[in-house]
Amino acid sequence: MKKPMILAALTMTYALTSGVAHAARDYINVVGSSTVYPFSTVVAERFGKSTPFKTPKVESTGSGGGLKLFCQGVGIQFPDITNASRRIKESEVSMCAENGVKDIIEVLIGFDGIVIGNAASVDKMELTRKDLFLALAKEVPNPDGSNTLVANPYKTWKDVNPALPNRAIEVLGPPPTSGTRDAFAELALEGGCKKFDWIGDLKNQSKAADKAGDKAKAKQLKNRYKSICHTVREDGPYIEAGENDNLIVQKLNANKNALGIFGFSFLDQNIDQIQGASIDGQDPTFDTISDGSYPVSRPLYFYVKKAHIGVIPGISEYLAEFTSEKAFGEEGYLTEKGMIPLNEEKRDEIATTVAEQKTL
Amino acid sequence: MKESSENLNAIDLVNRSLKARYRAEKRFKAYGIAAILFGLACLVILFTDIISKGHSAFLQTEVYLEVTFDSDRLDIDDVSNSAQLMAADYQGIIKAALRERFPDVSGRRDKRTLYSLVSNGAGFSLREMLIDDPSLLGKTVGVWLVADDDIDTYVKSRGDNPEDAFTGRMSDKQIAWVESLMENDQLALNFNTTFFTSGDSREPEQAGILGAVMGSLFTLIVTIVLSFPIGVAAAVYLEEYAPRNRLTDFIEVNINNLAAVPSIIFGLLGLAIFIGFFEMHRSIPLVGGLVLSLMTLPTIIISSRAAIKAVPPSIRDAALGLGASKMQMVLHHVLPLAMPGMLTGAIIGFAQALGETAPLLMIGMVAFIVDIPGGVADPATALPVQIFLWSDSPERAFVERTSAAIMVLLAFLISMNTLAIWLRKRLERRW
Repeated sequence: MKKPMILAALTMTYALTSGVAHAARDYINVVGSSTVYPFSTVVAERFGKSTPFKTPKVESTGSGGGLKLFCQGVGIQFPDITNASRRIKESEVSMCAENGVKDIIEVLIGFDGIVIGNAASVDKMELTRKDLFLALAKEVPNPDGSNTLVANPYKTWKDVNPALPNRAIEVLGPPPTSGTRDAFAELALEGGCKKFDWIGDLKNQSKAADKAGDKAKAKQLKNRYKSICHTVREDGPYIEAGENDNLIVQKLNANKNALGIFGFSFLDQNIDQIQGASIDGQDPTFDTISDGSYPVSRPLYFYVKKAHIGVIPGISEYLAEFTSEKAFGEEGYLTEKGMIPLNEEKRDEIATTVAEQKTL
Repeated sequence: MKESSENLNAIDLVNRSLKARYRAEKRFKAYGIAAILFGLACLVILFTDIISKGHSAFLQTEVYLEVTFDSDRLDIDDVSNSAQLMAADYQGIIKAALRERFPDVSGRRDKRTLYSLVSNGAGFSLREMLIDDPSLLGKTVGVWLVADDDIDTYVKSRGDNPEDAFTGRMSDKQIAWVESLMENDQLALNFNTTFFTSGDSREPEQAGILGAVMGSLFTLIVTIVLSFPIGVAAAVYLEEYAPRNRLTDFIEVNINNLAAVPSIIFGLLGLAIFIGFFEMHRSIPLVGGLVLSLMTLPTIIISSRAAIKAVPPSIRDAALGLGASKMQMVLHHVLPLAMPGMLTGAIIGFAQALGETAPLLMIGMVAFIVDIPGGVADPATALPVQIFLWSDSPERAFVERTSAAIMVLLAFLISMNTLAIWLRKRLERRW
């Protein structure tokens, strides 16, 4: 007597789950960089409210994680768009192609500047990337000029560069888990590190070895280069202050000697309390970051699967919203959230790329 | 003689040590009380911190404006045309109302700052008003509109004393405008219904908890529907039917082991099986519920087995002796008697599942989702995930919302645990 009921229940469960598993998706699925996340979510929200389409779902997985998910294949179970705070790598393009993801539209949306600054009430610092490397790296080239490394001996900014004030080095920055920290290491520290010829040579040697087919040696040299240039000192002057940039700003106010590393949007919103140091002679401003002359800034991208346009409703409209003047334009709502816009020419170019759906 | 002196000695010994024993007794009791007091103190500190930070999130600053539903400005000529109603520029008539309220503001930049007094989502509430009552078109009505989060933070930190206010993100002009609105009673703190009726948002004043609550609810329903029957069936078989041998011992060891496996592992398992193999979508409560069922199953099996074990064998013997089959014995006698214990264990397991974030991270439920989920197949987040996401946001107004969301989660947990106690009291039978 009960058997038919059990059977019915089983069939229903099966129908339900299989229905769910294979149902068409009617919302856009976005993954990727946590740096682009705050901008992408704003666009998604506005898009959802002002169009008949559902609000896209945005996951923050990191640039690398996002591209990995994105490149898994074509089909509704895979993401449509991935955000990245760096350009897609060759290896990732070929990984995508292997899984059938061949037509990818690249959209550059703007820049993100990383600022090193201090309280507005003290002297502004004028730094170079070399100063930053010498002050913050774990091991620095031997001051006697030989091609060897020593544990970082510098205690004050004056030790690093006689032109700088005689203040103890004290820098509040994000922990290693943070994307800002990676970008800072890559753009500021590595930028200064390369200036030492013999360290810069390591990279050239690695490339040469790679060409010669000696993969192991190339890798070894590259890792050595990276570990010299990217490792931050752990003996006190660099203080991990957590991922919360608001907290760093508050601490700078309390401690006038300290410098802090944070995103440009926090400088922009607290300009009455903090100031940004100039790096290689360039002040961090909207203009210097947007024309690329401020050295510690990185481009923000997102990548779109062309095969999904027309399959998942709303993708081309979402792209249009993202690349409209009211969003990524000079006075668009993304700049209010702290993104540095592209110049007008570049914006026009991107808008045409999107309109014509040009692929990589 | 010798015996009595020994007796006396024994009593003396007892009497001599009596004081020390009483003291030890008192100390022992005091340790227990101290432990409870310490726990209570921690709880009180936690609650006061959360409540003092979060209570203000239940109020929201609103601005009173005389808004004209101008059909030209809205570009609506036919109120029955829903496409026109949807697409109209409601923010535009708010801007016009603001210009009217502060007529001496001129210049593009100043006007932009003026417009930022009101939330950029306020237009949607006007849209709702007009859709509900099309006769408003062309009329001027006084409405309370949600203020921007910067204004909200200013007003809340200000209290009655303008000196205390947090002005970090406000210009002097904005402060002057806000003060003028306050003098005329055109600015007030009203109950924040948005917080309970909308999904997530990047603008704190438009962010709400409902999406996360529904997500948690759907996930939990899937978990309950799956893990309770399976867990109880497994426990009944293992206790009542399974022979005692190496195989069942091995199963038992494994179940106990699984109960202690970190939850992130279940997330990885779910990612590989449900999303990788069965190709279900990411971020849906169905997958979340499946993963959390796997996680709570061991807890439920262990507590159910304990409850079944606690039913005295005499009851089984009596049932069997009167001619009941084994199934009848289990269904009519053992299960009803074991039910309170099984339910308590299960509800504690579900409460744990409700507070879980790590496995959800792996299956994509840590995401920005605005639309409120309508079923187990819609993308959703869960309450603890929402708390995590908000605590990471730069906007100050999210700090109080984070605490408020914690309060909602705590309310959920307290009601679930109360239910567990009530069920146990209600169903408990003594023999």
